[in-house]
Amino acid sequence: MNTNARLRFAMPIGAAVLLAATMLFATAANAADAPKISDTLQQRIVACTTCHGVHGEGTPGSGYFPRLAGKPAAYLARQMQDFQNGLRKYAPMEYTVRQLSPAYMQEIAEYFAAQQVPYSRSPLPPVSAATLQRGEQLVSKGDPARKIPACASCHGSQLTGVQPSTPGLVGLPYDYLSAQLGSWRTHTRGTVAPDCMAVIANRLGDSDITAVAAALASRQLPDDTHAQAAGSVTPPLPCGVLGATGDGT
Amino acid sequence: MKWLRRLLLLIAVLLLLLLGRLFFGGGHQPTSPAMSKVTAAPLHDPALIARGEYLVTVGDCAGCHTAQGGAAFAGGRSLATPFGNIPVPNITPDRDTGLGNWSFEDFWQALHDGKGRHGELLYPAFSYTSYTKVTHDDALAMFAYLQSLPSVHLPSTAPTLEFPYSVRNSLAAWRALYFKEGVFKPDPNQSAQWNRGAYLVQGLGHCNECHAARDSLGGTPQDVHLTGGQIPQQNWYAPDLSTRQNGGLQGWSEQDIVDLLKTGQSSKGVAFGPMADVVTSSTQHMSGDDLRAMATYLGSLPARPSAPAEPSPFNATTLVQQGEKVYTQHCADCHGKDGNGVAGIYPPLNGNSSVTEPSGINATRAVLLGGFAPLTAANPRPYSMPPFAQKLSDGEVAAVVSYIRGSWANKAPAVLERDVSKYRQTPVD
Repeated sequence: MNTNARLRFAMPIGAAVLLAATMLFATAANAADAPKISDTLQQRIVACTTCHGVHGEGTPGSGYFPRLAGKPAAYLARQMQDFQNGLRKYAPMEYTVRQLSPAYMQEIAEYFAAQQVPYSRSPLPPVSAATLQRGEQLVSKGDPARKIPACASCHGSQLTGVQPSTPGLVGLPYDYLSAQLGSWRTHTRGTVAPDCMAVIANRLGDSDITAVAAALASRQLPDDTHAQAAGSVTPPLPCGVLGATGDGT
Repeated sequence: MKWLRRLLLLIAVLLLLLLGRLFFGGGHQPTSPAMSKVTAAPLHDPALIARGEYLVTVGDCAGCHTAQGGAAFAGGRSLATPFGNIPVPNITPDRDTGLGNWSFEDFWQALHDGKGRHGELLYPAFSYTSYTKVTHDDALAMFAYLQSLPSVHLPSTAPTLEFPYSVRNSLAAWRALYFKEGVFKPDPNQSAQWNRGAYLVQGLGHCNECHAARDSLGGTPQDVHLTGGQIPQQNWYAPDLSTRQNGGLQGWSEQDIVDLLKTGQSSKGVAFGPMADVVTSSTQHMSGDDLRAMATYLGSLPARPSAPAEPSPFNATTLVQQGEKVYTQHCADCHGKDGNGVAGIYPPLNGNSSVTEPSGINATRAVLLGGFAPLTAANPRPYSMPPFAQKLSDGEVAAVVSYIRGSWANKAPAVLERDVSKYRQTPVD
């Protein structure tokens, strides 16, 4: 007979009752010790905020985890959907959002869209004045000879984005911007067709990507960093995210 | 001794091929829908189609037959196996690329006997080892539902299997070892509820395809039933499903099982990894009666022999002490100092079979990946766990996982830093 069995055998009923009572009490005490968890969206989405920051501030120092704060809600919801559908590729994001419903993604997107946190400057690589000048040209004028529209023609005159689906570019880190343009070219970032940014990224040369990312990252922030009103720009290319079908211009 | 193992494998493979030739009879003519005994009219019966939809959901057919971001049931993805990639076919009623030209007889032959329209042997990535137990009536309803879907034109690609697995006839030998054809036979000594549960678990639910270990030929010996095992390629550990002594779900009540399958979590733990997908796309939609039946059946699985106490491969004392510090800093705020979690929000780690399963994979990968609890109708805004891959080193993950596996009532062995490193690299899909 093992110890347990002997114990059970020998245990008088009174002791059993006492033990049961103690266990009940212990359970109650444990429940009181349980961590207090608030019923807030912020608490529910710690899987997001652990990298992107509680207010979606991102990691401006490294540029690795992008800022979400203040980006248009429809843009943020679209990114989660693109990760779900494998159009945007980044394993940790694909895993995290793979099951979320459209309604929950919308709620999470609205949370980050509503956050207002100051931008912090990120480190810039050493680039020449000529490179910055080329970048600034691409940002505000584009390169008509190569059919590259100006960033500002879609992302707003102050590059703060346009409601409902176009993100701001100003204030984003150099590393993040150049990585995104690169990933459009390598098909690790995409969205619904026609994918206008994929078209543009493929028209940019390697040095253009460095130039435009450096120019954007070194721009002074405007006083008002909110996205422009919906309908305030006319995109020069058909974009699936804006509801265009691709048979336009 | 590597060469010896290779030589033995080669001999085994050659034998299999030889057996394959002996067993395999050869070609077979498909039955055209016009020649089928099942005419078109009954297949359009809305009640039959609705029942088929439920059964196709129970079988989670979409889990494999729908690609990420792709049209439902149109295939278009590959399943990675240790033997190569197997494309998942389109099962919408498209005439060229789907089941549009299939008769019910063809469908039955695939589901019940693991053979394609032309008699070709199907790769058992399609779990006909389980589906063979599905009744004729249920299969008919499933067929009616699949034929009612919108047609999607999407051709399948060819399998990219290594020799000799690329030779389909070699499957005849595999089938002789691992496949027993036959519809589920109720056990007259058991209740109707138990039999319904057994039918669902063993048949359409195809639980044993993950929850049992596969051997080197990718098969599960026929006497191995729901005793847990590592899922090849995916690298998750599907636990033993016995609720009795030494079972992977020891201490789980039938209600706990129903809760997990219905809501994604129970008082004992939360579904994650591939099981989270199963809950979201399949089990949460099952009726209460069917879930209780499955729980009744699982509750009847026998006690398991106690695992021999494995001597730790190294002295883990320092590792565990380091792990306690990591736990206090990063885990205790949600899972509690006592590891008991917060009821309905964060799962307990104390006594959690996902923490103590033999391999340590699940706890390691849960720490690395974090993620949301399954999203279900009962839990539409789930809480989540932060991923720690970007925050903790392999050594720190090994330490904290070793700590939780050996603390409170848990008595599972420590995990090694090099294993954490390996699972950090495992693709998530």
